[in-house]
Formats: sequence, C-alpha cells, structure tokens
Amino acid sequence: MLKILKYSFFDLARSRWSYIYFLFYLLLGFILFFLNHEVSKAVITLLNIIIILTPLIGTIFGVMYYYSSKEFTELLLAQPLKRTTIFIGQYLGLSLSLSLSLILGLGIPFVLYGVFLSSAIWNFTMLLLIGGFLTFIFVALSFLIGLSFNDKIKGFGVAILLWLFLAVIYDGIFLLSMILFDDYPLDKFALAMTMFNPIDLSRILILLKLDISALLGYTGAVFQKFFGTNFGMIISMTVLSLWILVPSWFMVKKALKKDF
Amino acid sequence: MIEIKNLYKSYGPVDVLNGINLTLDQKGIIAILGPNGSGKTTMIKTILGMVIAQKGDILLNGESVKNKWSYRDQISYLPQIANFPQNLSVTELIGMIKNLRTQQADDVALIELFGLTPFLDKKLGTLSGGTRQKVNIVLTFMFDSPLVILDEPTTGLDPVALIHLKKIINEEKQKGKMILITTHIMNLVEEISDQVIFILDGNIYFNGTVSGLKSQTKQTNLEHAIAAILEKNHA
Amino acid sequence: MTIKSFIPFILLLTTSVLFAGKTKVCPSCENQSIRTAIKSTPVGDTLIIEQGTYLESDLTIDKPITIIGINYPVIDGEEKSYIFNIISDSVTIKGLTLKNVGLSYTTDFAAIHTYNVKTFHFEDNRIYNAFFGFHIEKSKNGIIKNNTIIGSAITEYNSGNGIHLWHCSKIQILGNTIEKMRDGIYFEFVKNSIVQGNLSQKNVRYGLHFMFSDNNQYKNNHFEINGAGVAVMFSKNVIMENNTFRLNWGSASYGLLLKEINDAVILNNTFDQNTIGINADGTNRIIFKNNNFKNNGWAIRFLGACYGNNIIQNNFLQNALDISYKGSMNNNIFDKNYWSEYAGYDLDKDNIGDVPYRPVKLFSYVVNNTPETIILLRSLFVDIINFSEKVSPIFTPDNLKDFNPLMKPIQTND
Repeated sequence: MLKILKYSFFDLARSRWSYIYFLFYLLLGFILFFLNHEVSKAVITLLNIIIILTPLIGTIFGVMYYYSSKEFTELLLAQPLKRTTIFIGQYLGLSLSLSLSLILGLGIPFVLYGVFLSSAIWNFTMLLLIGGFLTFIFVALSFLIGLSFNDKIKGFGVAILLWLFLAVIYDGIFLLSMILFDDYPLDKFALAMTMFNPIDLSRILILLKLDISALLGYTGAVFQKFFGTNFGMIISMTVLSLWILVPSWFMVKKALKKDF
Repeated sequence: MIEIKNLYKSYGPVDVLNGINLTLDQKGIIAILGPNGSGKTTMIKTILGMVIAQKGDILLNGESVKNKWSYRDQISYLPQIANFPQNLSVTELIGMIKNLRTQQADDVALIELFGLTPFLDKKLGTLSGGTRQKVNIVLTFMFDSPLVILDEPTTGLDPVALIHLKKIINEEKQKGKMILITTHIMNLVEEISDQVIFILDGNIYFNGTVSGLKSQTKQTNLEHAIAAILEKNHA
Repeated sequence: MTIKSFIPFILLLTTSVLFAGKTKVCPSCENQSIRTAIKSTPVGDTLIIEQGTYLESDLTIDKPITIIGINYPVIDGEEKSYIFNIISDSVTIKGLTLKNVGLSYTTDFAAIHTYNVKTFHFEDNRIYNAFFGFHIEKSKNGIIKNNTIIGSAITEYNSGNGIHLWHCSKIQILGNTIEKMRDGIYFEFVKNSIVQGNLSQKNVRYGLHFMFSDNNQYKNNHFEINGAGVAVMFSKNVIMENNTFRLNWGSASYGLLLKEINDAVILNNTFDQNTIGINADGTNRIIFKNNNFKNNGWAIRFLGACYGNNIIQNNFLQNALDISYKGSMNNNIFDKNYWSEYAGYDLDKDNIGDVPYRPVKLFSYVVNNTPETIILLRSLFVDIINFSEKVSPIFTPDNLKDFNPLMKPIQTND
C-alpha cells in the first residue's frame, strides 16, 4: 500500500494542479495577513473559504484523478497487488497531497506572521485539521462516485451535485424544516442534522472555537453543552472519522466487485 | 495449467461469456481468436482477476483465482491499450513496476532491442502510440513469468519492432512457457501459434490447431476460414 | 530590624496618637465588645476598632458617629442577622472586614443596612459572604466608595445583591468591586444618583440593575461575565457613558438590556464579546453614539416598539450579526457608523461610502423567529439568502439603512 501511496503522491506532486492549489492557499494566506494583521480575524475569513473550498477541491480533484488515473489503475490491477491496496493507496496518496497543499499553503504565511506566538494557534490548527478531514471525506466520496459511474461526464456531474447538495441545498432544506416545525423543540433535530452533513459539522466545530459560541448558546444550552464539552468534541471527531471510513468502506466494496 | 469452468459474464443485459469451459495445459503459443466483442478480452481479464465473473471459476495450476491476487506474479500481461500515467517518465514507469513486483527483471536488453534508450527520460504522455506500445512490451517481457498473456501486441508497431516481438515470443516459447495471444492479424497466428481457440458469442467455437480449423471450414487460408465461420453464424 | 518592619509599629503609634482619647475596641482592650463600644461612643465622635476578630451581629447605630477599622478588623456575623443596622443620619464606616451575614428568605439581611437616613459614608470596607452587601432604604446623600463585596452566589433565589438601593436619591457609588452576588448593583426608585468607576463581575444575574430609576448616570464602570449583563428598565433620562460590557454569554445574556427606556444617552461604551450587545425593547428617543461593538453575536437587537432612536457614529466590528430588527417599519436613524462588513466603495474619498449599508440581514430576521436556525450561521446557503435579500429586500424594512457608512472606524477612547 505504501508503494502505491508513494507513487500516487509523487505523481500528483508533479502535477501542475497541485501547485496551483498550493499557490492559491499560499497567496490567500499572505493576502489575508496583508489586509488584516490580526491573526484571529484572518482565521474567521479562512473558515468561510475552507468549509466551501476544501470539499469542492476534494470532489473535483477526486473525480478527475480517479478517471485520469484509470490506466495507471489498470496497469496495477494486472500486477500481483490486492485491489484494496491499490485503491486505498491511491485514495490516501491524493488526499494526503491535497491536505499537504492546504497545510503548507496556509501554514507558511501563518508561521511567517507569527501564529505560533499568538493565541490563535489552536483555532488555526483546528481549521487545518478540519480542512484535512473535509479533504479526506470528499475525496473518498468522489472516488466512490468514480467507481460507480464509468461515464466520466456523468461521474463528474454527480460529484458536483453531491458537493452542491451538501454545501448548499442541504442547509436550505435544514433551514426550511426548522422554520416549518418551529413549534416543536428543535435542538436535538438540529444537532442530528449537523451530524449528517460533514460540512455543517465542520463549520460548527470551527465556529465554536471562534468565540461565536455565545450565539449558539442563545438557542438554549443544548449546542453549547454538546459541542463545548470534551464528550461532544470526541463525538464530533468520531462522526467526521466515520464520514471518512464509511465512504472508504463502500469504495473498497465497490472496487472489489468492479470490472476493469 | 489453466482450467476455465462454466464461466458466465454479462455487462448489464449484454451476455459476454456464456458458460465457457476450457482447459489449457499445453505449453506453447495459444492464439485466441474471435470477432470484435466476442469476449476475448473479457476472458483474459477474468483470468487476471480484473473482470469478475458472475458464475464459474478459473483454476490456475489447480487453484481458484477468485479473490486472490498473489498468483499474478506468475503472469506477464500486455494490455490492449498502452495507456500509462502521463506524468511518469519511461524509466520511472519501469522502475515502479519493478519495485511493485519485486521480481527479477531484465529490462536493459529489451530497451536496447526496441531502441527506447533516447526516450527513457521522456514523459509517457509525450510519446507516440507505437513507442508507448514498445514500452508496454518491455514491461511485459522483462519478467520471467510462466504464463504470458498478450492482448493485441502488434498494435502500432513498425515492421522492425514486429520482427523483434515475434523473436521474443518464440524465445519465451522455447523456455517452455504458455503464451496466450489475441490478435486480428492472421498471418501472425499462422506463423507462430501452436493452438487456436475461436470464441464466438461468448462460447468456445473451436479449439484445435490452425490446420484443424482450416480443414473444418474447408478453406486453405486462415482468414477465409474465419470469415466462413462468421458468415455461417450470422447469415 | 529593617525599615519595613517598623512601618506597622509606626502606623500603630501615629493612629493611637491621632485617635487618642477616642473610644477604642480591641481583643485585648478593656472594651472588647463593639456593641457596648457603640453605646459608649458620644454623638459625633469616632470609634476605633483595632485588628482582631469580633463575633458580633445586629449592631444598631442610632446616632451620628464614625467607625474606623485599623488593619481591617473582622466582624463575623456568624450568619445570624445584619451586621450593621443604621437608623441615624451622618454615619461613617471605614476600613472594616464584614463577613458571614445571615441568609433569610423573609428579611433582606445585609452587611450594612440603612433605613431613612441622610449623609452616610461607607468607604474601604471588605465584605465577604454577605447575603446583601449594602442595603440602603429610603436614604439620601450617601457615598459608597471603594468597597469590595465578594459573595459566592450560585443561584438567584438564595443570594442577594451587592449594593441594593431602594427609594433613594443623590447617592454616589464610586470605585467599588463587586463579585459573585445576585445583582452587583441594584437600583429601584432611585433618583439623581451616580454610579462611577465600579467593577461588577461574575454576578449570577445582573452586573447592574435599574428599575424605575430616573435621572441617574453611570460612567466608567466595568461589567464582565455577569449572568445576564446589565439591565436598565422602566427608567427615563439615564446617562450611560464610558462603560465596558464584556463577556456576557448565554441563552438569555446580553451586554445591556434596555426595557421601556426613554430619552437615555448611551455614549462611548464598549460592548465586547456578548451574546447580544444591546437588547432594546420598547426604547424611545435614545442616542447611541461613539460606542464600540466588537465580536458580539448581535451588536444591537431591537425588539418591539422602538422609535426615534439615533444610532450615530458607532463602530460595529466583527459582530456575527450587526442589527436585528423586528417589524417592517423603521423610524430609527442609522447614520455615519462604521460597519466592518461594509463592502462598498468611496470614490470621492470623503471617508463616507457611496453605497448605503443595510445592517439587517435576512438571516437575523430568520433567527429572530426561529432561534435554533442560528446553527446555520456562516453557511453558504445563508450567505446566498442574505445576498438575495440585500439585492431586493422583502422581509426587512427597506429604509433601514445607513446612508453614510464610514470607510474607517471612529476613533474612540477605547
């Protein structure tokens, strides 16, 4: 597996797109600091970008990489290698290289501007961790989609739709149902709804680190109590991990049955 | 020895393999023939475990290949379309496959033979189809595997390379290997094959020698023999 | 011997010289009881209480005297009753440690209680574990200065207020520190008084609580981490200036609650990290000027019936939601404020944005109706609906705009 991971990783490390992605974050990091020197404020701006962009990039790169590495995959399939090894290796290779672009791209400007000396270090680490989680989740989902659709255009379309659904439409339905069922206690419902969308869950986790937790407190103690405690934190991280593991598991299952 | 037992495969509503039974135990060159879409490639890929059959089994030296992977180190496979990762150079690709298989490999002589030395540092994406096919051949023959499977090995090759290829195939045969080859070039079949298997609509239509096929169809030319079979079945 | 070790000795010497001939209480004195000492102190004279612990309570002072503690002698009420009950004018109490006031559900026991008195002066006292710290009833012209009141309140119903005023006028509350009480400072029917330079924090309910108290002012106070912030209710002509409201978090929490307030002035205050900076309910003709709203959930939340308010030249910095407004009509004025979220431009470089700013977002309207929707804060969907509402307002008042949003923050003395 490590060998496949390594090859996928180096293959990507030489692709132009990885550099563009890396340079984008690098530039973003520097611009944010150039505009406002306050680290904590930059972290808030980054939140908005990260929870939308990392899933989108993960989805697009995931699907693109899956289809464009089809030949590579077929070459590997004829070799004495386990299918699981091949797909998990490629999956990890892509996810790691994307995460690395994110971490280095944002990390370098932050380190240069002295984030280690500021209290925002934890928020920032959290932000990168969440960004990493989202990358792994959406790459897994898009690999799964790639494996399910032989038609590249169809697969790409479905992947983008999935992103659109989780990033926008889901929240729309979420909001509408809360407005409609206003008369019922909603905190538990809202809590459950966030768990079923990794983007929402990530957003809440970062918001709670960003002093806006006060606002969540406004709706009654449920959110605050849940997310504010170690228990809630562990649950949230577990759910995010499940969001990686479950699609990966389906990915492996699908890969084992697929014809090439 | 390869034993194919009652192998069924369909892609959706399309039946590709209709219960193939086939035992291959003879060393030498076995040509697998058949029209486009007859199931040749599907059968080969089932042997390799790249396609998973709905029914039936394949035994390689008495052992089922289902859900197995390590047996593939006994097989050298030349895929039909020589598509490789675009970002790798030829050297890197060869190095990678060697690294992945961790078997003894003899690539230097082959590279020399096919004149690939000037292309070694080029990215695979920039190579012509013929050159890529040469790389494909190097990758296949650099390992010393008892079973060699060649899916349309001649695609895009120039005459010189074709001669080299035939020479290599014969050398491999001399080593006592089993070589499966699919091709549409009947001259090649007549020239090198010891056994011919003709697949039609997912069934084994004929299994024997070239001369046997000719006499069965009462034709003197292999191409005409094939054509006769096809006309008869689709008339 | 060093100079330092001389100091207490010298102090003792000088004070005993200063107060020579005055009434004195100390654990080793002839007179060990404060109660009897009060009785024997002549009208207008001074009673000196020296260092030590005195287990006494319910000490009634019925004549104008001055009580001065040396090195903060401790009067321990053993949780029985009041400690001082003052029914005379012109009483001064300084430099005492008062602790363990009785807890009662029927009587508001306090460390110092006054009833119907004039010109009192309570300074530099330390009050611990008091049900009420100061309980001032129907009194006038008093000063409560530089006292420290620290309680350990956990719930509202079994705790009392730090400084509690009822039916008073012309009282000055200056430089006190109040912690962990029910309300830090409580005013009910109090007039013409001033609250200045106090620190009121970690109280269970309000840092400061005004009810039916007209013509008062509070300035330069610091209110932090109180259960619900500061509440000013049913009062007229209150001046609120240079105060800091910080870290009031929670489901029913705000920096400042205004309820039925008319003609008040809110000037130069800082609202930092509160769930709601100002919660305004039934407030009319109020001037909000030069305030800083930073990192609050809502900067200002207007509930029903708020008319003729002027929100001018304030800074709204990184609040999750700047303004929340109920109703579709608006006749409040928003002008020349700095909004950190303003994304307009200033072509003529006059530091005034050329496009008006709409501080009420659709999302804040939604959250007003369904609080739980706050969980969707900063999601892409919410950004999209906010944007569409900005382009063509349907739910929020069309004229609720700052026509002259500033490009740079106002310089305040923050």
